[in-house]
Parts: sequence; C-alpha cells; structure tokens
Amino acid sequence: MGRNFGRPVRRLEDGRFIQGNGRFVDDVILPRQTYAAFVRSPYAHARITGLDAAPALQMPGVVRVMTAADLAGAPDMPCGWMIHSRDGAEMKVGSRPLLASDTVRYVGEPVAVVVAESRDQARDAAEAVAVDYDELPVVVDCGDAMAPGMPQLHPAISDNLAYDWELGDEAAVDAALAVAAHRVELTLRNNRLIPNAMEPRACNADWDAQDEKLTVWMTHQNPFGMRTLYSAYYGLAAEHSLRIVSPDVGGGFGAKAPNYPEEVVVAFAAKLVRRPVKWTADRTEAFLTDAHGRDHLTTATLGLDAEGRFLALKVDTIANMGGYLSTTGSLIPTYMYGTMLSGQYVIPAIHCRTRAVYTNTCPVDAYRGAGRPEAAYVVERIVNVAARAIGVDQAEIRRRNFIRDFPYQTPVLFEYDSGDYEGSLNQALALSDYAGFPARKAEAAARGKLRGIGVAAYVEACGIGPSAILAKLGGGAGMWDSAEVRVNPVGTVEVLSGAHSHGQGHATTLAQLVADRFGVPIESIRIVQGDTDRIQAGTGTYGSRASVGMSATFNACEKIIAKGRRICAHLLQVPEDSVRFADGVFASAATNKTIPFGEMAAAAHAANAFPTREIEPGLVESSFFDPPNFTYPSGVYVAEVEIDPLTGVTEVAAFSAADDFGIIANPMIVEGQIHGGLTQGIGQALWEECRYDPDTAQLITASYLDYGMPRADGLPEFRLAFGCAPSPSNPLGMKGCGEAGAIGSPPAVINAICDALAIDHLDMPARPEKVWRLLHPKAAG
Amino acid sequence: MYDLAYVRPGGLAEATALLEADENATALAGGQTLLPVLRARLASPSRLVDVARLAELKGMALDGDRVVIGAAETHAAVSQSPVVAGAIPALGRLAGGIGDPQVRNRGTLGGAIANNDPAACYPSAALALDAVIRTTRREIAAADFFTDLFSTALEPGELVTAVMFPRCAQAAYVKFPNPASRFALIGVFAARTAAGMRIAVTGAGAGVFRWREAELRIDAGGGVADLDDLALPEDAFTSDLHGSADYRMHLARVMTGRAIAAVDA
Repeated sequence: MGRNFGRPVRRLEDGRFIQGNGRFVDDVILPRQTYAAFVRSPYAHARITGLDAAPALQMPGVVRVMTAADLAGAPDMPCGWMIHSRDGAEMKVGSRPLLASDTVRYVGEPVAVVVAESRDQARDAAEAVAVDYDELPVVVDCGDAMAPGMPQLHPAISDNLAYDWELGDEAAVDAALAVAAHRVELTLRNNRLIPNAMEPRACNADWDAQDEKLTVWMTHQNPFGMRTLYSAYYGLAAEHSLRIVSPDVGGGFGAKAPNYPEEVVVAFAAKLVRRPVKWTADRTEAFLTDAHGRDHLTTATLGLDAEGRFLALKVDTIANMGGYLSTTGSLIPTYMYGTMLSGQYVIPAIHCRTRAVYTNTCPVDAYRGAGRPEAAYVVERIVNVAARAIGVDQAEIRRRNFIRDFPYQTPVLFEYDSGDYEGSLNQALALSDYAGFPARKAEAAARGKLRGIGVAAYVEACGIGPSAILAKLGGGAGMWDSAEVRVNPVGTVEVLSGAHSHGQGHATTLAQLVADRFGVPIESIRIVQGDTDRIQAGTGTYGSRASVGMSATFNACEKIIAKGRRICAHLLQVPEDSVRFADGVFASAATNKTIPFGEMAAAAHAANAFPTREIEPGLVESSFFDPPNFTYPSGVYVAEVEIDPLTGVTEVAAFSAADDFGIIANPMIVEGQIHGGLTQGIGQALWEECRYDPDTAQLITASYLDYGMPRADGLPEFRLAFGCAPSPSNPLGMKGCGEAGAIGSPPAVINAICDALAIDHLDMPARPEKVWRLLHPKAAG
Repeated sequence: MYDLAYVRPGGLAEATALLEADENATALAGGQTLLPVLRARLASPSRLVDVARLAELKGMALDGDRVVIGAAETHAAVSQSPVVAGAIPALGRLAGGIGDPQVRNRGTLGGAIANNDPAACYPSAALALDAVIRTTRREIAAADFFTDLFSTALEPGELVTAVMFPRCAQAAYVKFPNPASRFALIGVFAARTAAGMRIAVTGAGAGVFRWREAELRIDAGGGVADLDDLALPEDAFTSDLHGSADYRMHLARVMTGRAIAAVDA
C-alpha cells in the first residue's frame, strides 16, 4: 500500500458530478444543431407493406426523413463474435439492416428517422410517417422457439436456431454420470433483465465537410471500437478522420458496449444533412431497445460419488438472442458461460451445449457479468440441490470440492490463475455467523417467519484479453489496452488512458497509481479518457477489465522512471545503475545530492544537462499491455432471508460477501462496486423481470410502474470482507470487481429462499405470489 | 410531450373560468400522474391550468370534528402536519407512505382523489372515514364521489377544493406495495368510527370499495380470526402482472387483519 494506492481515496470526479458539472452527451449542443427522432415498429413481427414519409416532410421544422432506402449502400449490423456449431457450421446470422426495410422482428425496431430543427418537431413528424404493416405471429419464449410450427424469424434459418454449440467431452460426462453414486437434475430459467443505466443512450454526430471529418459524441464503453467499426465497416470516414468522444457516461453495465443501429443511422444522417444531428433516447426507448441481459432456459445434471465429490456436470441451455444477434450476443452464452461451469470446484468432466435462438424480442447482449452470472447460477443452484439430496451441509459440500492448487486447468478451456476459495468461505461463514443461524431461524419461527440461509461461491474471468486466446475463441479484435503518460515541464502529469470510466472511478484510481509511482500529489495528475483524438489507442471497459488499462498505465510509468534514472545519472554525474528512485526522489549511493521527480521533469524538457543524442528530450512514454491470461476473481456469499408465509414476501435479512479481487486500488470504490453488484443481483432474484406478452410480444414491463428495480429500502446492510490472492496475470496483481456482486448474489438469495421453504428450486424472481403459492398449493387459482 | 399552453391563474375563479371555457384544458396539480402521461404522448390537452399554488386550495385546519385539508396540499405536507397527526394519525402516515419523497413533495391530495387510480392510497381513507369532498360547485360524500376506475362524480370544469375528514384517532392504513411502482397492490384502511368499524380496500383492481361483511362481523364482536370465511366481492378483484385476483383477495384478508390489529394496538 502506498500513500494513495490501496487506500480509500475520495473520488476526485465527484465534485464535478454532484455540482451538476458533469458533461454528458446530451449536454453537447453544437452550432446548427438538428435533432433526430426514430419511427419504431409498434409490432413485434410484421411485414412492412408501405411507408409514406410525405406527411412528415410537410411538418414544421423537418429537415429530412431517412428510411432504409437512404441507407441502401450501408452494410447490415454485424455480429462481432463468430461461433461455430458442433457440426462445424458457422452460426446463422439473421440479417439486421440499420433501418428495417421489409420485416420488423421486435417492438421498437427502428424503421425510419426524422431529422428536424427541434426535438419536439422531430417527434411530432415521426408520428406522421405512415407505415403499413402486415402482422405476423410471434414467438417470445426461448423454450418455444425451436418447436415445430412456430413462426420463423429469418429466411433460411430453420427452427430459429442461430447455432448449436458445445464445449467439453460429452462422452466422458455421460460415462461418469452413468456410474455416479448420486445424480441430481435441475431445470431452471435465468430471467431476462433490462439494464436501466441512469443515463439513456445518446449521440451527436457532426460532419465537417471542410476537413472531411466525422465527430460522433456517444454514450459508449468502447470509443475506439466504435471508431474502427464506423470507419472500416461502415465507411463513414477514414479512421484518422473519425473522432469518437464518449465523455461522462452515466452507467454502462454492458448495455453501452454493443454497436446499435440508432447511433450509426445518426452518423449517416449527419453526413446527409451536413449539420450536426443529435439523438437522446427517452426512457421508453431505453426499455425497448437497450440490449437486454440473461434469458436462459437450462437443464443441468450433476453426478457425485458416495462422499459427495463432484464427478461430472452436464448442462443443456437454450439462450434467447432476441430478434437479431447483437454485437457480442453470440459470445455471452458460449465462451463467457460454458467456460465458467467449473465454478470453484474440481469437476473432472463437464459438457455444455448451448442452442441460441431467435425470438421476437429485443436483442440480448452483455449485461453486468454477461454469461458468468448465468453459469454461477446453474452451478451454485445445482450444488445446493445435490447437498439437499445427499444430506450434506451447503458449506461443507463446497469445502469438499474446492480447487486448492493453482494454476488449475478446468475441463472447459480456462486455466484459473490464483485463488483461495476456502479462505473466502471461512471469511463468509464468519461474517454471516453461519454457526448461529439455527438460533436465528428458531427466533424467526417464533415470530411466524420462515428464515433461510444460502451460500454461493462464484468465480469469474475478468481482465479480458488475452488477444491471441480470444481470437481462437472467435473474437475479431485485440483486447489489450494502452496508456500514454505525459509529464509536463512543471511536473503535472496527464494520463491518456484507453480504458473508459462510466462510473467506475478511473479518474481517481489511475491517479492513485500514478501519484504513488512518481511520488507527486494526486491533484497534479489528470486522467483523460474517452476521446479518440486525444488518446493514442484503447479497447474500452467492460467485463471488469480496467486492470488491463491500469497495467498499461503502470508500465508507462515505469518507462518514465527508467528514463528519469538515465537523466538523473547525468545530472548527478553518477553511474546510471547507481540511481535509485523512491518516494518521489532520485538518489544515488555515489553522492549526497538528490533530485525530486519534478526537477527531473524540468530537466527532461530543458534538455541542456544531458546528451540529447543519447537521451531524447521530453518526458512522454506509452505502453500497450496484452495480458497473458484472464484474471479470476472469486468469492463466497451468504444470504439470509426471512419469508412472511402469509404474504409470500421475501426480505433479505442479511448479506455477507467475502471477495478476492487480488490487489485493490481503492477499497472504498471496490465496496461501492460490490454494493451496486449485490443490489443488481438481489434485484434479479427478487424483483426484476422483463416480460413480453406471449401472444403479441409487446413489452409489458416497459416502465418503472411495472419493472421492479431494486431500492435501498429493500436491502440489508452489506457485510463485506476481502481476501487477497494476487493475480499473476498483470504487474499489479489486480483481478477486477465490477461484476462480482451481480454474479454471486442471485444464487445466494435463491439458495436461501429454497432453504427457508425446504424446496429444491424456484425460478427468479421470487415474486411474493410465487412464494405464497408454493406455501399454499391448495389456494384458489 | 405535445405542444401545449401552460397557464398559472391568480385565483380559483380564474382557474375555473379557464377550465370551463375550454373543454380540452386540463387542471394540473402535482402532476405525478399527468406529467408522465403527457411525456409519453398519451394525452394532448390544449392547455394546462396549474392550480398547485392557489391559496384557496391550501391549508390544513380543524373545523369542529373535521380536519379540512386543502386540495393542493402535498402528501409531504399532510404527512408532516401536526393538525393531521393530532386528529387522524393514520391519515398522516398514509400520506407519508405514498410513492417516494419526490412524489410526496409534488403530489397533492386533490389530485390523488380526482384521479381515483384504483391502486391509490387516499381513496381508501376517504371512503373509510366518510370524508366529504368539497368542490368548486358542491360537497360530495366520498361514497358518491368514487364512481369507477379513474372516474369520479366530478363534472367537466369542476375542481376539488378541499377534503373534509372526520376526526378519528383509532384508524390504521396497511399497504402491501407493488414492488415496482409502490402503489398499493392491496391497501386497507380500517377505522373505528362512531358508526362502527369501517374497512376500505384499494388496489384490488376495480376501484376502492368497503368490505361491509367484515365491518359487520367486527361490529358484532368478531375478531380478526373470524374474517377468514367471509366473502369478498369477487368482481372487485382483477389479475395483472403483479398479482392474480386470487392472490389480491388473499392479501385483502391479510391486510385487513393487520389493519384492524393496528387500530386496536
């Protein structure tokens, strides 16, 4: 731990935010600004039989109406991750035009866009665009999508099946299951979620005809990824003439990582009308069109020996892709899911089959955890079903099966780098007073309440890259990260980082790292992110991968220090290898003189005290870091619930989380990440559920009146503890913490509910009526 | 939101005149229902007549055995009023449990009563306590005021000016909140009045109603445990995403029991 690094330094960016000085995309208003409003399909599945924009063109303030015909040269939306079916065939990609031309496949799909002088004029005119539809039958449930006679979404894709993928040795699994002393089977659903970032999506595109340069401000987690796509794929401008700016972004959660049609259409519109075009989604558009998360239907079988040791796990999942494959939609239920099915356990044989299906729903993509929560939910639920079946305590069965030696090669591709699973279990059991639970249960029973306790252990893969491994899994882009560190003559430091903060606090944590490396005040450091014109390169932030960008920053700092030692050797007139740097001061055993970091910086720029033919003037260094492996954060969570049997209401009475994130930059920020993740996971377990009408595929939960967001008053005081098994996969030993809470908490809560009710399983969310009916099976209805 | 005009009249007479002169004009009080509807472009009034700050619609005072609350008093104001807390503590607590702080700082008693959302809290109190609704034209008993889903006895251009609640120290409101909206999935207002036990149920789906069988059973000396076999009006309950009619009916029994227990606590 240094002066700053590892300490709970207050967030440097919060002063701006809480005083209303954040700069979000919608705050950007350009000269000659116009505004876009999208015409969206009111139907989930329909043929477009006619479109008349003429009435809209007559409306006041309308600049232009664009339809698919105006984008005839633009390619369809790409899916960025190639998955091969088990027969070797490439996945079947249903074509997704930027604007629907002949068929719409989910409610809210964009059909046309109106550009007008004001937002209200654009919206008024959008309502005047006359679109004729012939309604088609719909399919909503992923479990129905492949059934005979169901509506077919895409021509030449039979049974709505995008791919039928597998991972692992099925024969070995079947053989192990056949001789297992115990076998348990479980069918479960992972409920579909709507991301609900505080800031809805927005973009503002500006075409500069003089410079032939396109600038797009957009709410995005990966501005450089968008620059490459907009340039190389859509041909909107050459890469050097395309600037993407993702300024302050109010929450991403994965839903701001995909490529969306609206932003691309707005960029084309800006070139067409030769004026800046801005679009800001309203909350209803966010519900309808921000890529949703989860939505799996899974059957799993676990085989155990007579002592309760796991022998084999077989998982068969149907994953709902929605109407189209989103940018990384195909990746989530395959390499982000099947690879995590070993959990924290030695399971000698694992097989996963995933069938990805199209339905008349919003496309599904990454959402906080992205495949890893789905895997943890399957593993941690079936482990409890097994514990119940063979009469072993849920903590004990985990202890009996933990991986203890690292690195550990799982049967599903990944090699775990480090961990101390039993250490986290012991921490969690102590935090939660697991031993005292029977007394609390009895006390609750005396009050007429059913109390239950649930243990869940998770492991996840973060710190994405490594690029070479990702390419083998079907990825199309490198996932290193980069940083440039500029030390100015007066000693202030700019860090231009390819990572992107949309709430994670990078302006603080990166500054903590650099302040300690250079021994300078944290206030003298400025972190710059999100602007492709200022930053050399980057691959953005998602999948808890900021450790990659932070490692690049660290390496760039090391280069600065190395150069500083060379400069100081000249200034001190001592051998270079005698120069040491610590606590912000260069010193040498060969002299009593010392040089503070700032003086070295000034000397580097003055360039008059060292031979500039040997050492270049200036003090700017950059680094690209591609990790050798993922990092594998892990943790053990214990949820305690109390159920009112008269109403079925579940209250989370206590929640303990013992996580191992390796080295932690800022425990306060990490605790905040855990609080947020736990809240989202508890929300999924108890309240959140995206529901479409099964007959019309209309989104029923399209507002906060019907979509149950978690609230502070429904949550307990979280008890947190951190273990530390440093990751060997980066120079800082960090692992990543952004998604953990949302991964481990849903199974912990459901395990606790199942314990309270003495049942094997109930599907999320545990709505009060669902619980009440389990307790009162003879009730009417 | 569609383009519309906004007027803030200086007095109640002017407000009434504006509303009577234009059948497409709408009164705006706290706007907690109206503004989301406008934002979603589900309504397009010609103008909003903002009555939220009219002095004639303000005030909370005792008038003999009644508490008179101005229609434009916010839920927050009612929940913090010592007058209300002294005369009908359950009413202040009901107001303090509506929505969230932002809703309570804007939403008004008159707006809630006039909107008559079948899941709103206030109508149950008005019905159980035999409140009288004073309007710009007359006084209407609560029993005659709430006519159907989202509809009341108010005529076009007629505004609620105040609600008069009879004093009642022995009352309680117990709400089972919809976990998403925090409206009542079921809410029960129970009150021991001079005329006997009153039990009004909101959230059932078809609008607020009194559970007369339960009132009679309690008045006849029955206890909470004696309500289990009593019939509830089946047509008052509907099913939706958040709960089936059966479940709501069950909740109505449980919440009634809890409300009565709270009254007698």
